[in-house]
Amino acid sequence: MNHEAITLLEAVNLALAHEMEQDENVVILGEDVGTNGGVFRATAGLKERFGNRRVMDTPLAEAMIGGLTVGMAAQGLKPIAEIQFMGFIFPALEHIICHAARMRNRTRGRLSCPLVIRAPFGGGIHAPEHHSESTETLLAHIPGLRVVVPSSPARAYGLLLSAIRNPDPVIFLEPKRIYRASKQPVLDNGAALPLDTCFTLREGSDITLVSWGAMIKETLEAAEQLAEDNISCEVIDVATISPLDMDTILASVAKTGRCVIVHEASRHLGVGAEIAATLVEKALMDLQAPPLRITGYDTVMPYFRLENHFMPNTADIKDAVRQTLEFV
Amino acid sequence: MDTVFEGEIRYRQYLSSQGDPLSALPVWAQQPEWLTHCYRNMVLARTMDNKAVALQRTGQLGTYASLLGIEGIDVPLGLLMHPEDVLIPYYRNHACQMLRGMPMEEILLYWGGDERGNAAEQQGEDFPNSVPIATQSMHACGVATALKIRNEKRVAVTLCGDGATSKGDFLEGLNVAGAWQLPVVFIVNNNQWAISVPRALQSGAPTLAQKAIGAGIRGEQVDGNDAIAMREAIEIALERAREGKGPSLIEAISYRLSDHTTADDATRYRSNDELKKAWEHEPVKRLRTFLHKQGWWDETQETIWQDEVNSMVQSAVERYLATPPQPVESLFDYLYAELPEQLREQREWAMVKAMKGGTHHES
Ligand SMILES: Cc1ncc(C[n+]2csc(CCOP(=O)(O)OP(=O)(O)O)c2C)c(N)n1
Ligand SMILES: [Mg+2]
Repeated sequence: MNHEAITLLEAVNLALAHEMEQDENVVILGEDVGTNGGVFRATAGLKERFGNRRVMDTPLAEAMIGGLTVGMAAQGLKPIAEIQFMGFIFPALEHIICHAARMRNRTRGRLSCPLVIRAPFGGGIHAPEHHSESTETLLAHIPGLRVVVPSSPARAYGLLLSAIRNPDPVIFLEPKRIYRASKQPVLDNGAALPLDTCFTLREGSDITLVSWGAMIKETLEAAEQLAEDNISCEVIDVATISPLDMDTILASVAKTGRCVIVHEASRHLGVGAEIAATLVEKALMDLQAPPLRITGYDTVMPYFRLENHFMPNTADIKDAVRQTLEFV
Repeated sequence: MDTVFEGEIRYRQYLSSQGDPLSALPVWAQQPEWLTHCYRNMVLARTMDNKAVALQRTGQLGTYASLLGIEGIDVPLGLLMHPEDVLIPYYRNHACQMLRGMPMEEILLYWGGDERGNAAEQQGEDFPNSVPIATQSMHACGVATALKIRNEKRVAVTLCGDGATSKGDFLEGLNVAGAWQLPVVFIVNNNQWAISVPRALQSGAPTLAQKAIGAGIRGEQVDGNDAIAMREAIEIALERAREGKGPSLIEAISYRLSDHTTADDATRYRSNDELKKAWEHEPVKRLRTFLHKQGWWDETQETIWQDEVNSMVQSAVERYLATPPQPVESLFDYLYAELPEQLREQREWAMVKAMKGGTHHES
């Protein structure tokens, strides 16, 4: 059993291997996932271990990958498709949205689509054009889908296990900026973490910081630094952005009265907007200041030379916290 | 049963890998001018490419897609397209882009992570690099439709890789080109690999050229390492398209002599033996050997040209490295023809944050 400190990327690999071992219906498909073990190495060693009938290098075609997973899943397989970068998921969306997300509903439960689509996303690694966007909100808007974003090796392992075991389609978005950013011991014991629920990463009393994915790193950093000034931040990792666990966030804000939401994606209609709207609807009386959002701009994700301007940073989060605390 | 259809794909090659003619050469290839010009540009492209990889390795360029192995396709194409034609490239066509007038420093600027590398005025109506695989095939058909509607004697030329031919986009492009008899030329750089996926795993079809048959258009396979064969194939395809005789598909057989990009390590999935063999067929040496044997090129010329090319590349690199980044407001200034009022505030914040003392100030 594995107690080693591993990266988020290795945790993904570990969860995939674990489920392939447990359930022979689990199969992996995608571009470069076999011999190459994925361009980020998320599927490294799996083809060697489980064979090319279960780990399939596909032709280069995302619509086909999306469509294949629908067909496979309806047959009782548990396909895990890798989309090489989230920026290339769009051809598959017709299959995800028009079929995977509604197969159960359309057939009143006769057929279903227990599939996982994994895709690395987000900026900060100086990647080529179209390789750095955070468009999770497009998927989070689709009824019938689950959208899950891990923010640490342990959560990547536990949430991916749940995603694979889940009877419905799950989009599993991997924040590639923190693929190798830090290591954490992960026990390979097959223990899943729950979907549809937030994780409180740090308790605090003055303000609630809500984020997910790679931005958790800056959010925790901000909380750490603000603690030196006696500002006590509660940090919540949303983890499943759809369906969204507002209960945890509402309970926290009932305690702190203030909230800053941090995401890398553009602001307009981002998941932050949904959280803020729900806070206003359900917790107006708890709020001592308007919820603030720290987000990317409503611009095209800049090509990498300017990408740092687009990405929120720790200082932005600290500024927003202070602004919220100063609100009277 | 009656045979209702029969198809055939032919393979075009003039030069052996050793640079010897395999059959009578076209008349134009019996003169030195065009071929030495072509060769010079192949050397220039390769020198630029080596430099770009070196820049990436030293942190002065972003992830870069090497053109090594495509010279025999891109250089003839760049020389043969008319200025008024439209190039709809993928991400490996810098050699062709250079010949269409794009300054080398702009190419470096692009791979250096700067949108201005898509904005060189010399690019005219040419498209920027297409990063989402195969999408450009249909853009080319859209361009060709515009040219056809306006009755212009111009051609849309689009390129993609072997992997790209698996995508619906590519096949949909071929299909509409056939249905509408569009003035478009599709060139597939079949370099045998799509990152780690070998050509054989992309399609059960023995040739990619035969996908043309299903779309009702001309298709042929060409030795993409043979500049003479490539010129012949491209010239015919361009001429036909220009004269309203319809689209063509050229499958150019080449080999990706580099890693997929600088972010890739091809030793993980392909053998050194295969790579070593591929170098025996490469396009630049093949043409040089031919030129030598004809007495059209010699070592002295080679040295002089290499020196000249080195200094051309060096000064382009200097211009590239001296280009300061765009101001932060450029994030907003090209989003729409006119910035919507709603975005003004964000633009202001971005500028304030980038100022000295701001959270995004970069010294
Ligand atoms: C739609 C889409 N899917 C995946 C990718 C990632 N990707 C970039 S290049 C590439 C392989 C392309 O191979 P090929 O078409 O043969 O062209 P080559 O790079 O070999 O010239 C892949 C999968 C992408 N850019 N776009
Ligand atoms: Mg290829």
